[in-house]
Amino acid sequence: MSEQKKEIKTKEEKKKEEMILFLSKSEEKEAFLSRANRKLLTDPLNDDNPITVQMLGICSALAITVQLRPAIVMSLAVIFVTAMGNVVISLLRNLIPNRIRIIVQLVVVASLVIVVDQVLKAFLYDVSKQLSIFIGLIITNCIIMGRLEAFALGNKPWKSFLDGIGNGAGYGIILIIVAFFRELLGSGKLLGYEILGHKGLTLADSTGLYALGYENNGFFLLSPMALIIVGLVIWYQRSRNRKLIEES
Amino acid sequence: MDLLNLFVKSIFIENMIFAYFLGMCSYLAVSKTVKTAVGLGATVIFVLLITVPLNYLIDTYLLQPGALRWLSEDYANIDLSFLSYIMFIAVIASMVQLVEMVVEKFSPALYGSLGIFLPLIAVNCSILGGSLFMQQKDFTGITEAIVYGGGSGIGWFLAILAIAAIREKIAYSNVPAPLKGLGITFIITGLMAIGFMSFMGIKLEGNEDTKEKTTASTIQIEKNKPDSKTVEVTLNKTKNE
Repeated sequence: MSEQKKEIKTKEEKKKEEMILFLSKSEEKEAFLSRANRKLLTDPLNDDNPITVQMLGICSALAITVQLRPAIVMSLAVIFVTAMGNVVISLLRNLIPNRIRIIVQLVVVASLVIVVDQVLKAFLYDVSKQLSIFIGLIITNCIIMGRLEAFALGNKPWKSFLDGIGNGAGYGIILIIVAFFRELLGSGKLLGYEILGHKGLTLADSTGLYALGYENNGFFLLSPMALIIVGLVIWYQRSRNRKLIEES
Repeated sequence: MDLLNLFVKSIFIENMIFAYFLGMCSYLAVSKTVKTAVGLGATVIFVLLITVPLNYLIDTYLLQPGALRWLSEDYANIDLSFLSYIMFIAVIASMVQLVEMVVEKFSPALYGSLGIFLPLIAVNCSILGGSLFMQQKDFTGITEAIVYGGGSGIGWFLAILAIAAIREKIAYSNVPAPLKGLGITFIITGLMAIGFMSFMGIKLEGNEDTKEKTTASTIQIEKNKPDSKTVEVTLNKTKNE
């Protein structure tokens, strides 16, 4: 008798434990930053980077990397548009007919970009002049369309929001790396501050590295160097992260 | 502006890919074989040839500040230019949809071979970029818009054709493993862009417009030139002294 009772008890306990486990799991699923959700944020930074791995969004990325400041503004703008666009499309995902979804997506993205453009014109006019048409080109930035198609159309708003932020940040990282090298080596400045010393008209006037005879490499200001730097970044990333190496 | 000058300029000097990096995504994704590259390039030419003039008309008669003057003088102060992104992209998306339907109806074989890349043209940055550059350039007539659209399309076509041919050949060469695929394509594109920069020196007959310096890089060059010259001059002076 006692043994049977024990068995029943243990069964009940097991059930309870299972219930607790189940509850905790479901809680974990609903937690705002569960492991799966954190993965959505961190994956695009390295393993699933939009530029170097998914091959998206290169179009408008490279031409604005001559200086660090516009690159940072551009990445913030893209993070905003990917996150908000993902949320909007994810809210609408059950209402959009499949045949016209591309036009709907483009309209949503275009209106978000208009907001960004007007805000930049109001508060950061000089940067918005520097970015010229490339703010408008966020609309056709393939990261945004790609994430809308691949993620927001099939997932809930919060997850889509995280995915948008993660992918925008992955794009921003590459942009900032490229802009860092181009501005530092091309003009010896970062964000407009002279890092490598001041370049005077003669050797005697200059300070820092320039006093030793260093010259800016003007080549880094030209557009082809952006491509080559991204190529080198990819080389570095893949030699550290061997599973990303392509077959052909 | 001289039409021929504009044409050559839009193909070589202001090449969509090598000077502005526009349309890079499909350029990298579809350039594995020459055949698909040619198909996509031809469609890009076609779509640019139609959308740039269409958007030119929309821009001049609807969107520019004061463009609505043709309706009545009351509307002369209206500035709708903030709407240009959404209008341009609507025109482009509907054109691409139209092209898709026409191709599907009249040439199912071509439709099959292009597949997913047809709708992708809608988000090819070079198409929207063409319209936005057109807006910046203040063309005086629709012929210039047509020539510009066609020229930049041909430039894009040339670029994707060249890289596809190179990638077909490079499949047999010994590239470091981490650099294979995307990495080496980026570097090759960079080298090709350096090559294309040599076209910058070309000057055809006709009045050169000096105010057209839209890329950040060319502006940088302009900024840098006088600097380096003065440095050289001062260095020479010190030597002479």
